[in-house]
Amino acid sequence: MVGRRCSSVRDKNPLLQQKNLEGYVGFASLPNQVYRKSVKRGFEFTLMVVGESGLGKSTLINSLFLTDLYSAEYPGPSHRIKKTVQVEQAKVLVKEGGVQLLLTIVDTPGFGDAVDNSNCWQPIIDHIDSKFEDYLNSESRVNRRQMPDSRIHCCLYFIAPSGHGLKPLDIEFMKRLHEKVNVIPLIAKADTLTPEECQQFKKQIMREIQEHKIKIYEFPETDDEEENKLVKKIKDKLPLAVVGSNTIIEVNSKRVRGRQYPWGVAEVENSDHCDFTILRDMLIRTHMQDLKDVTNNVHYENYRSRKLAAVTYNGVDNNRAKGQLSTKSPLAQMEEERREHVTKMKKMEMEMEQVFEMKVKEKVQKLKDSEAELQRRHEQMKKNLEAQHKELEEKRRVFEEERANWEAQQRLEQQKLEASRTLEKNKKKGKIF
Amino acid sequence: ISGSGSTLLGYIGIDTIIEQMRKKTMKTGFDFNIMVVGHSGLGKSTLVNTLFKSQVSRKSAGWARDDKIPKTVDIKAVSHVLEEGGVKMKLTVVDTPGFGDQINNDNCWEPISKYINEQYEKFLKEEVNITRKKRIPDTRVHCCLYFISPTGHSLRQLDVEFMKRLSHSVNIIPVIAKADTMTIEERQDFKQRVRKELEMGGIEFYPQKEFDEDMEDKSDNDKIREAMPFAVVGSDKEYQVNGKRVLGRKTAWGIVEVENPNHCEFAQLRDFLIRSHLQDLKEVTHNIHYETYRAKRLNENGGLHPISSNDTQESNL
Repeated sequence: MVGRRCSSVRDKNPLLQQKNLEGYVGFASLPNQVYRKSVKRGFEFTLMVVGESGLGKSTLINSLFLTDLYSAEYPGPSHRIKKTVQVEQAKVLVKEGGVQLLLTIVDTPGFGDAVDNSNCWQPIIDHIDSKFEDYLNSESRVNRRQMPDSRIHCCLYFIAPSGHGLKPLDIEFMKRLHEKVNVIPLIAKADTLTPEECQQFKKQIMREIQEHKIKIYEFPETDDEEENKLVKKIKDKLPLAVVGSNTIIEVNSKRVRGRQYPWGVAEVENSDHCDFTILRDMLIRTHMQDLKDVTNNVHYENYRSRKLAAVTYNGVDNNRAKGQLSTKSPLAQMEEERREHVTKMKKMEMEMEQVFEMKVKEKVQKLKDSEAELQRRHEQMKKNLEAQHKELEEKRRVFEEERANWEAQQRLEQQKLEASRTLEKNKKKGKIF
Repeated sequence: ISGSGSTLLGYIGIDTIIEQMRKKTMKTGFDFNIMVVGHSGLGKSTLVNTLFKSQVSRKSAGWARDDKIPKTVDIKAVSHVLEEGGVKMKLTVVDTPGFGDQINNDNCWEPISKYINEQYEKFLKEEVNITRKKRIPDTRVHCCLYFISPTGHSLRQLDVEFMKRLSHSVNIIPVIAKADTMTIEERQDFKQRVRKELEMGGIEFYPQKEFDEDMEDKSDNDKIREAMPFAVVGSDKEYQVNGKRVLGRKTAWGIVEVENPNHCEFAQLRDFLIRSHLQDLKEVTHNIHYETYRAKRLNENGGLHPISSNDTQESNL
């Protein structure tokens, strides 16, 4: 496990002596060169916010970066009902004084909102791991021109201002994530608490955090006395109690951001009212780079070594003793993995072709069957038609016969009539005689 | 009483019956059982203490949390006798620590439902006895204050589930807790959204529309229903404001006055709960919720057999 802090060069190598320069060399301008290069490149920062809905996460983000990331047209995730925990990203490019910052906010709507919240942290852990995975893959590539850093640099966890202590869900979540990301717990909607309640609450939370051995983000000690004093001040106020707002109100003829109540105005940027300014300064003005460094040096390295150790362990032959790691270097291991991957792909391709052929055969068979079926039906219909035809013929014949009979009868009748008429005529004639 | 009202020829004194009833009530006193439900940290105990102006509810061990959150919902009933103007009231506050606090809150309403039905069962058994007690002790829950978290967005799933399941066995009064979290506009929006959700879920909270007896009741109750759920703030600390001592919460930007109707709706809740509808709550519980339970019980198992109080545990129910 990589240690938490990198000590300065001098401490590592006590043999290095400091020499005095006899003239002006000019490498004092190195920081400026670094600065210019970084400004050209721009910075990236990814921030994740986690907490139950209704704790003011979206408002706080808007207040921190003075933008309307969530506005009426694009309402924050809290306004949409979620059934399961989602992980959503929103990117915004912020420019100030020639420096541009690509800010990514990862939101987790639905966290802790259901009746049964078991494992609601799993989608979040999966997301963080997938970002590490992406970075690991892009780091291991041959062509490393574009290496976008989308790893989560900081996770702001919002605690509901109950005034009592941490909830079981809070403890579970922080325990599972403190080794993967920089967790900064915040007390949300701090204007609910009076100053005394706030103090008690903070003490209670810190006590519980220590009790459960949760490692929240630590502010680094520096060599500078002044900075150390500031750091100590921040440490005393952990966890920070924040209030967010983007509505501007007039107080004593000053325009401030705050929340208007009938009994007064809670000012966001007033350090007597809440710790918002401390959070903002810490997050943006002083410790942004440190957060990124800790993510890179500690959390990412942890992930990487764990992942690669698992890979090497899996590469061990079956007849080797348990616990013996392969002597190959991780890169060669990755090559082998790649080869395996390629063969796996080929195998999959073959399998798919087989499946495809089988399906084709099936389809051909089906078509043949249906063709035969159609043929049969055709035959049958023909037969039916013929049968009908014969029937009709039969009927016609019968009809013809009848007609012939009838005609014959008619003729007979006619003859009889004629015969009787001639008889009568004869009779009449006879009578005359 | 059949027959038309006849004019009296002199003063008889029928109207003194009210005075007689009052004297009787004062002597016997009456019971009131209130249950508070909501996840921890919503100010339930503080509110009950503020409502009854005395330390009737034990706050979750103050700030030194010795007892952890229980793994299942506990039911704790604590009784006190309060006296005011010669009238004695035995107030029982039923607390439900652990509700909604776990990671998995499935069925956390069951212990509460069981408790409510147990109280009905107890009363039923006493009623069905051959030799009945002169005054059956009434432990039935007359009113359930449900505390809604002031997220500002909408009801949580757990809120809807709980109220849906229990609105038919007990009088539920939803209350928005810690209302000093929200500004006045946020509060109005939130209330409207909550009311719509309650309507959509078919949740009948007290005062239920179907039990309004006459037009006067209906118009009074309509006004109350429009204003519900009440957004309340509780406090047992006093501060000096404009020369008066008031109950409130002192923040860095002002003092939230609990009984100031411009700050929160605590006064409205208190008047509604105690000063005007206390008796009605008991009546609805007795005449409607209890009767529903009783009818259900009598219809199953082919009816109840009355038992004499001399019988021991053996019951034919």
